[in-house]
Amino acid sequence: MAEVVLAQESEAIAKSGGPRPPAAASVPGTASSRRWNVGDFVFKHLTMLFAVGVLSLVFLMGWEMYRGSSDSIAKFGWNFLSASTWDPVRDEFGAFPFLYGTLVSSLLALVIALPLGLGVAVFLAELAPSWLERPLSFLVELLAAIPSIVYGLWGIFVLVPWLRLEVQPWLGSHFGYLPLFQGPPYGFGMLAAGFILSVMILPIIASISRDVMLAIPNLQREAALALGATRWETTRVVLSSARSGILGATLLGLGRAVGETMAVTMVIGNRADISASLFSPAYSMASVIANEFAEATTSMYTSALIEIALVLFVVTIFLNALARFIVWSVTRRYKTS
Amino acid sequence: MERDAEIQNVMTTGQSLYHRWRKLKNHGMTTVSGLCLLVAVVPLLLIFGYTLYQGASALNLDFFIQMPKPVGETGGGMANAMVGTAILIGLGALFALPVGILAGIYLAEYGSNPLGVAVRFMADVLSGIPSIVVGVVAYIIVVLPMKHFSALAGGVALAILMIPTITRTTEEMIRLVPQSFREAGLALGISQWKTTVRIILPTALKGITTGILLALARAAGETAPLLFTALGNRFWSTAIDQPIGSLSVFIYDYAKAPFEDWNQQAWAAGFVLISLIFLLSLIFRFVTRSRYGEF
Repeated sequence: MAEVVLAQESEAIAKSGGPRPPAAASVPGTASSRRWNVGDFVFKHLTMLFAVGVLSLVFLMGWEMYRGSSDSIAKFGWNFLSASTWDPVRDEFGAFPFLYGTLVSSLLALVIALPLGLGVAVFLAELAPSWLERPLSFLVELLAAIPSIVYGLWGIFVLVPWLRLEVQPWLGSHFGYLPLFQGPPYGFGMLAAGFILSVMILPIIASISRDVMLAIPNLQREAALALGATRWETTRVVLSSARSGILGATLLGLGRAVGETMAVTMVIGNRADISASLFSPAYSMASVIANEFAEATTSMYTSALIEIALVLFVVTIFLNALARFIVWSVTRRYKTS
Repeated sequence: MERDAEIQNVMTTGQSLYHRWRKLKNHGMTTVSGLCLLVAVVPLLLIFGYTLYQGASALNLDFFIQMPKPVGETGGGMANAMVGTAILIGLGALFALPVGILAGIYLAEYGSNPLGVAVRFMADVLSGIPSIVVGVVAYIIVVLPMKHFSALAGGVALAILMIPTITRTTEEMIRLVPQSFREAGLALGISQWKTTVRIILPTALKGITTGILLALARAAGETAPLLFTALGNRFWSTAIDQPIGSLSVFIYDYAKAPFEDWNQQAWAAGFVLISLIFLLSLIFRFVTRSRYGEF
């Protein structure tokens, strides 16, 4: 579901300001002063059961993957993360090239998407005329709902040829002295992956940063304007208040980039090499699972792939939990004040 | 005296210069952030527009009613994949709807306690877990015991992906129902659960339904969790214990294939998926707006 829920999510995060007391709670004494009712009791606990089900789903997933990867964990231990042999024939597995590919492609995406996303958020929240803000926000959210496979399709047929024929030769001839831009221009590779990821996470960063900025009370803007600040100087005041919320938005974007599968698999080139050049093909954790899982022949092979999934799971949970905690605490602080 | 005036003069020109610099910077930054928006929206619009253009030109009746042709023959369609996607979505909804809706009701009606906070938090975290990881989990809990790939496994994977969205949408929609509705029900002596089921839910039904349809449409675009659960199937199959084809996996296979004709069909399938999702997004937006005003 990936990029998916985001439109609602970000709205929910910003507008509900995290956990707020539910409506029913404000009816005084609905439960205590009324007679005990079997229906009420059953209904409440039935819904509670399913709510707990949702809660435990995350733990169940973690546990199942831990069990599924126990062979690989027992055999390779922590070396799994630092070794770079990936040899299904001899049952030797090390995930380092995949970790590296995921890390570099995600960071590259962040480097491109963060400044742009912030610019978009500033424009939408602070500077755009109000009649423009709504349709544009809607557009940004709508575009976040394009399935990742369609991004991949576009990546293969439009982005990769463009990179190979135009961008990479140009970068190579002007900045070829940097190790980043050396080697033959394949098109498929780290650069393509980072580029397509940046396009995909930009709406996330932009819309959540915008929501966080909109949650900053107008008093701050009025105070700055009253002191004679220009619109941009006012925006800087707002930005510094929204700092931690923007960090949260960035982490959410990073979480998406790390777990993104199809679009990356289709353009990254799928070769488990570690190279300084952004032009060379690479491999990511999600892509190796997507490509090899159905064909894994030995149980150790499957186990190693499940362990990669487990690492991905832990990393994305950590990023998401941290990001949501930050966004929640920011919006809640301004909600109550 | 003269010197004072001079100093005064210098200071004011200095200030006005600084002031002009600040104004310039203000305009400059407004332009820069506006350009950011342009740069951000252009590739997205390109993707959207290109898919519409390519997809619309590749789309024809055959695409909807024909089966995939064997390698080497041109033409054919994805009738089986469309049915496959529908079956997968149906299975996913079957598992996810009861869980998501009831959990959403709990969050909206009783969720002001630490448990509610924890569930809400976990639902949000769950929606951030990569879909490929969900696929791996579905593989472990369904494919391994059954010993072969199946539509059922794909349905389970999609269900796990849908649950957080459905839960949170249901909660949000129920919260939009005015408090006075609850008070009216309770004042008439109706028990709380009946108030919820007979008054609150029907009022929120429109929002919940469209929200759920949107979640389903988005699940239809999922590819990664189906690769090694439902796998894919070039033949007609509606059995839920057998591998089944789906639009998204077909796009993946056809995009990688070296045949022009297959590539075109991949675009057509992408077009169908995007249209579905956009249509439902628009309807969702419209329904939640018009019914409750500010969403």
